[in-house]
Amino acid sequence: MPDTLTPDSEVIATPSAPPAETRAMRLRNFWFDYRQSWVAMVALTVIGVLLVGSFGAPYLVPQDPYDLANLDWMDAFLPPGSVGSGEYTHLLGTDNAGRDMLSAILYGLRTSFMIGISAGVLALAVGITVGLTAAYFGGRIEALLMRIVDLQLSMPAILLALVMVAMLGQGVPQIVFALVVAQYAYFARTTHGAASVERRKDYIEAARSTPLPTWRIMFRHLLPNVLPPLIVVATVQVASAISLEATLSFLGVGLPLTEPSLGSLISNGFKYIHAGRYWLSIYPGVFLMITVVAINLVGDQVRTVIDPRNSR
Amino acid sequence: MTDPILKIENVSKRFTRWPGMAERLVGKITGGGKPVTVHALSDVTLHVSQGEVLGIVGESGCGKSTLGRVVAGIYAPSDGSVTLKGDPIVREHGNRIDKLTTQVQMIHQDPFASLNPRMKVGETLAEGPRYHRIIPSGKVREGMRELLEKVGLEGAYADRLPHQFSGGQRQRVAIARALAMKPEVLVLDEAVASLDVSIQAQVLNLFMDLRRDLGLTALFISHDLSVVRHVCDRVAIMYLGRLVELAPADELYADPKHPYTAALFASVPTVGTGKRKFEAIKGEIPSPINPPPGCAFHPRCPLAGPRCRVEAPRLTGAGPARTVACHLNDGGVDTKAETAA
Repeated sequence: MPDTLTPDSEVIATPSAPPAETRAMRLRNFWFDYRQSWVAMVALTVIGVLLVGSFGAPYLVPQDPYDLANLDWMDAFLPPGSVGSGEYTHLLGTDNAGRDMLSAILYGLRTSFMIGISAGVLALAVGITVGLTAAYFGGRIEALLMRIVDLQLSMPAILLALVMVAMLGQGVPQIVFALVVAQYAYFARTTHGAASVERRKDYIEAARSTPLPTWRIMFRHLLPNVLPPLIVVATVQVASAISLEATLSFLGVGLPLTEPSLGSLISNGFKYIHAGRYWLSIYPGVFLMITVVAINLVGDQVRTVIDPRNSR
Repeated sequence: MTDPILKIENVSKRFTRWPGMAERLVGKITGGGKPVTVHALSDVTLHVSQGEVLGIVGESGCGKSTLGRVVAGIYAPSDGSVTLKGDPIVREHGNRIDKLTTQVQMIHQDPFASLNPRMKVGETLAEGPRYHRIIPSGKVREGMRELLEKVGLEGAYADRLPHQFSGGQRQRVAIARALAMKPEVLVLDEAVASLDVSIQAQVLNLFMDLRRDLGLTALFISHDLSVVRHVCDRVAIMYLGRLVELAPADELYADPKHPYTAALFASVPTVGTGKRKFEAIKGEIPSPINPPPGCAFHPRCPLAGPRCRVEAPRLTGAGPARTVACHLNDGGVDTKAETAA
């Protein structure tokens, strides 16, 4: 409708809307705010380098630590910087089987990332479903689901994960399953909190009186409005899944050394730490620490940026 | 009068809050911990005919919004029935409520809360018609543009998010969303109350135009008496969940029969009539958890007599098309009720 000023024009007193804010613009604003912290930028860079390094490991490192044919007993326990039978420098030394530590760490990091991210994503999906269902339906369903979640949150996640792994046995799918069981409750609690507030708003009532089916209201109306806090929880939970997995492997119930994750590398090297062969345990530990800290820093900055109290 | 399209028959709505486990335990000792019931609606009967706009007026907490939600299918009535052309609006399965019709649509008070903030306006408008196949799927986009233009917005606004609109524009979007379902009956719950007066007038004019063009039937819930007079054919006055007076708008404004209606009119400040004072209704609204015996209005009524404290008045005829629930219209306030056989 043109802005003609006919006496009955509906447009006159209605201020024209600001220019349409596209998704790209919102992303750009988010990026602008994110960049304000140099610590978070460093953390993001570190995660990027680690991701590229670990997933690109087969093309980047001199040795495939999975392939026993590549390993030479003569190369065992070489200190960092020495040159082994493969005629290349072992930057971080070698372990008791002659594995190049850097190669093993990057391969291990890849396993850790895969487990952490897939456990995080699955736990997010399960937690969202539980939390939304509880918040939307209320009443007995809510009481039942949220008491189960509370019960779980009152127990240490590591204990739950240990029990699950002990029951299911070793292997990547089993560990991921155990981590999902141990972690979905955090997502369920966060989703439930945010969704309980949102579900009382008029737009949900409007959708119900249209009427639209329940699943559609839950996932198309409720979910998008509770997502921001969940993204933060998800970031932190990926870091916590990685360290949980490392703990399980360190305790010997996680992954075997033939399929090394950071935890099993630390565990393996731990035996030799008193023999002065510190590099077997310390370097995987340092990588684990850097990874977890970097993910948490990124999560913190995301939380700061999307907090509406900080919006300009 | 033609056969009514919307029939609200003897509708009551009670809300019960059940005590939690801890409260029940404490209640065992203190004697509390019992369920608390609020009577939001008591025995309301209203018939609305095709093309009519019925105003529903009352103070906050009188049950007018609950009535709107019962009609819009958000709540199921505890007793009684609401039917559209003879078919019930909702079906109950235990705790679940299924709304059976798309023919009754609601417009909420606060346009800042009633639109999904993360959904583009066009998507909000298209969702219902697309799901219920009210518009052929190839024509949905086109239909939404036409709809936006019909409510005085630009078709290109379909790609914007609600926060990019002003309050008045959002309320137009909310109206468009309701109209997109091609409803027979609209429920407007304080639909202009949260808008500036100038915007209110625009939105009301839009509503009047649409009503003329589309022949809408509507329930217009409001506490604003001047707006109701401007818009409605008939007006129902509610007090504490009960209907106290029902009359054509002109007659009601010219000659209110119920003391509560009269008190409502007296409490409206007017400009330019030389009237400088306006009187607030004395006292507080009684709690709907514990309504007073007899006539619910008697503690605040200037004309109340002994009969009002004992006997609840029933709706009785007070003219060709009006009814009122007051003993003044029903044999006087002084005589004790003679119990009829």
